[in-house]
Amino acid sequence: MKEVLMPIAYPTKGSVGNTGLWRTLKPVINYEKCTKCFICWMYCPEAAILAEDKPVILYDFCKGCGICANECPVKAINMIKEV
Amino acid sequence: MPVMPLSGNHAAAYAAKLSRVEVVAAYPITPQTQIVEKLAEFIEKGELKAKFIRVESEHSAMAACIGAAAVGARAFTATSSQGLLYMSEMLWWAAGARLPIVMGIVTRALAPPWSIWSDHIDVLSQRDTGWIIAFAENAQEVLDLIIQGFKISENDRVLLPLIVAWDAFDVSHTIEPVDVPNQNVVDEFLPKRRKYRHTLDVENPFSYGNLAYPKDYMEFRYSIYDSMLRAKDVIEQCAAEYDRLTGRYSGGLIENYLCDDADIVAIAMGSISGDLKVVVDKLRKQGVKVGFCRIRYFRPFPSEALAKCIEDAKTILVFDRDISFGSEGALCLEVRATVNREGLDKRVYGIIYGIGGREVRQKDLENIIVKAYKEELNHPRKLLWLNLKHV
Ligand code: SF4
Ligand code: SF4
Repeated sequence: MKEVLMPIAYPTKGSVGNTGLWRTLKPVINYEKCTKCFICWMYCPEAAILAEDKPVILYDFCKGCGICANECPVKAINMIKEV
Repeated sequence: MPVMPLSGNHAAAYAAKLSRVEVVAAYPITPQTQIVEKLAEFIEKGELKAKFIRVESEHSAMAACIGAAAVGARAFTATSSQGLLYMSEMLWWAAGARLPIVMGIVTRALAPPWSIWSDHIDVLSQRDTGWIIAFAENAQEVLDLIIQGFKISENDRVLLPLIVAWDAFDVSHTIEPVDVPNQNVVDEFLPKRRKYRHTLDVENPFSYGNLAYPKDYMEFRYSIYDSMLRAKDVIEQCAAEYDRLTGRYSGGLIENYLCDDADIVAIAMGSISGDLKVVVDKLRKQGVKVGFCRIRYFRPFPSEALAKCIEDAKTILVFDRDISFGSEGALCLEVRATVNREGLDKRVYGIIYGIGGREVRQKDLENIIVKAYKEELNHPRKLLWLNLKHV
């Protein structure tokens, strides 16, 4: 071995696929209950929630952590089992 | 080159200053504290341009050194005993990330019961971390090995962090005349730290320490093993270059003190070496063919150099200031492995001495060597505990 092997990794886009692939539970917003406070949008660690006229979850990137459901003050987000 | 009266600890601080360290991150612990106190003083007076990071623990001290080294700074820290154990997890990160860092360790026994006195078990417990480990004999060597340590550690064929260890109080707090090289000499020996392929760069982001699957992990370990072996040459080259610039040969893997024609060779590390050399001189005058081989670098272990040194001896006495419970001293195990690997035929006796600062007199060393010479020692299977009170 001529060169020292460096334990470093360069970031590559999508090298492990979209974070949406990690999900086992899927957050689904019940818009009848939702008050549009956007707390879920603020808390989502993946920025996978868009703040439009209502919160919209991007399922390609939502990793299913459930933080949004936990933070929602009116329990408008249900975590549903993925198949 | 001015000769200054310095303790081992202050010699270490001068060495770090002369090496132009850029980051010092440390947490106080007896008997190490004086080193970083002195460095803090140098920084405060403006004599050393470095950042002193005051951390909340040894674990953080090493973490800060890792961060500093990762972005390209020359980093130094020091610790002892319990502090080193607390830092231990980060030692593996530093070596695994292939970061050049130098750390001074004032060897001290581990609790319980509490002890602040010397014992090599703290350093030796870090044997397999991937750090290069050197033991200094005296204050002069503390200074010389730290300066050389940066050059060895930063060599791009090595890229491993390096420990220089020395005995509590016997070396750390004892004032000796120390030849302190001029700054321009050290600058010539040790240029500014360079950037490597794995030095962090905001323009070209990457991360350290990702997951390595079984198909890759082993090669990283092999690379550390391989670099350790290469470090042997680098250590010798650095000692030779240091000698050329300072006029003092103070380095290299081992010290061969009258071993070449010796029938019996004592082997040890650290401050006991001075006493052993005095005893060897005395016994030589009486016609006893005894020599002393000092292991200066415990990692990489200098098997080849040691084998050459003890080639013609019949009896080997290994003095260990540590005990691996259920086995014997760590140094003795290495010596036995060397004897075995090189196919040598020797009687190897393990002697445990100085644990937790237990006093050893030259007379004790002399007695044991004479006994071995007269073949009056028990079978090597029986580990000798020097100056043990009751058994
Ligand atoms: S489950 Fe987690 S990742 Fe998905 S939208 Fe909620 S907070 Fe974001
Ligand atoms: S936190 Fe709940 S109520 Fe607030 S916007 Fe999100 S889903 Fe609606």
